[in-house]
Amino acid sequence: MRSLGKQKVLSIKTIVAIGIGSALFVILGRFGSIPSGVPNTNIETTYALLALFALLYGPVAGLLIGLIGHTLKDAIFYGSPWFSWVIASGLVGLIIGLLTSRISIHDGEFGKRELIRFNLAQIAANAVAWFIVAPVLDILIYAEPANKVFTQGLIAGAANIVTVAIIGSLLAVAYAKTRTKQGSLSREA
Amino acid sequence: MKANMLTFTKQDSPIHRLTGATKLIIFVVWSVAAMITYDTRCLAVMLVFSLFPFILSKVKFRDYAFVLSLILLFFLLNQLAIFIFSPLEGVRIYGSRHDIVHLAGRYTLTWEQLFYQFNIALKYAVVLPMALLFLLTTDPSEFAASLNRLGVNYKIAYSVSLALRYIPDVQRDYENISFSAQARGIDISRKEKLSRRVKNIISILMPLILTSIERIDKISTAMELRGFGRKTKRTWYKTRPFSSQDYIALGLIALIAIASTVITFYDGSRFYNLFEPN
Repeated sequence: MRSLGKQKVLSIKTIVAIGIGSALFVILGRFGSIPSGVPNTNIETTYALLALFALLYGPVAGLLIGLIGHTLKDAIFYGSPWFSWVIASGLVGLIIGLLTSRISIHDGEFGKRELIRFNLAQIAANAVAWFIVAPVLDILIYAEPANKVFTQGLIAGAANIVTVAIIGSLLAVAYAKTRTKQGSLSREA
Repeated sequence: MKANMLTFTKQDSPIHRLTGATKLIIFVVWSVAAMITYDTRCLAVMLVFSLFPFILSKVKFRDYAFVLSLILLFFLLNQLAIFIFSPLEGVRIYGSRHDIVHLAGRYTLTWEQLFYQFNIALKYAVVLPMALLFLLTTDPSEFAASLNRLGVNYKIAYSVSLALRYIPDVQRDYENISFSAQARGIDISRKEKLSRRVKNIISILMPLILTSIERIDKISTAMELRGFGRKTKRTWYKTRPFSSQDYIALGLIALIAIASTVITFYDGSRFYNLFEPN
């Protein structure tokens, strides 16, 4: 598994991770949102999943899980994909994947430094995607009023940042604990 | 938690007989054309055209009734939100103002706003029949083959096909895990305190994600053993050759898309303006 980064961009594992990750994105996107207490804002657990998979399987997987997962979710449950937000989801996965590519969580390394790095990456990714890209595309494609889409983007982005910061981080820490650390064996005297 | 989703049902109709690739192209071209234009005349004509294949396809109302009601709800909320955030957007776009009634504060209902929101409604309505039709009449296994035929790398096409294949499995896993968690008193609804709710959600997500990661390892090992990805091309079990019907359908769609784009930009604006400047 350590050779993950050295392989071709689309290794078999990445391809499968994109497929299963998209399926998870669809199901969590539909059933996994829980009320946050703030009206009209839900905790979208699906973005915690996207962040974790981008961290585990890299930027290409993150991008494609966002694009494919969100398109399928919109198509299957709501009839037609909302492309501006689909693109934003893909971007979130891509940016998190790029910025965390040096964290080797497969080797069980996920301490304080990695945690901070992961969270800086997800904050940057969510801010770019929801505060800028999604509203701008909404205006370009659907000609919706600017103040409406920027307010929506602001709420969604803030909610996603908090969701990934709490649930995403907890998932990553828990996953790292299931892996065996490199050099964890010591010679008995 | 019965899933009310759009799924393919095997039927026989001219629409079902079209190849998946044709339907995919039509859906994409149609969506893009509808996205570009804001011309009311084009949208209205396209809406009428989109209803023909819908009738032709003989899809049953109950197959999409639930999703349709969900869409309508979302759609109403969105219309309402547009008015609340920007009651004079139409006035800004069309450059004139004809008031109907003053509601309260900055909220005045104008003909321009009504027309603008009517256009937004039309824009959704035009895409909807085609999207529903595409999802209801395309065999998921054929879908991957059609993506590949359109030039998408077959490995990515295979990912999409894996996603479609595993959505029901993941859903079953999610239901099993969440029901057994609920049976042990782990609640994620509004009744629980927020901090507890988050903790409880983790105890559902963690097993789901760990089993999925295990599944990824298993499937990728199996694919590796069968030599997946060794060659630059592959064949598909479900692929079908284009028939004359496919070419006719594609020709028609190209014609409509080009016509609508030309008409839209003929006068230099995406919007069709009914109003005289005042």
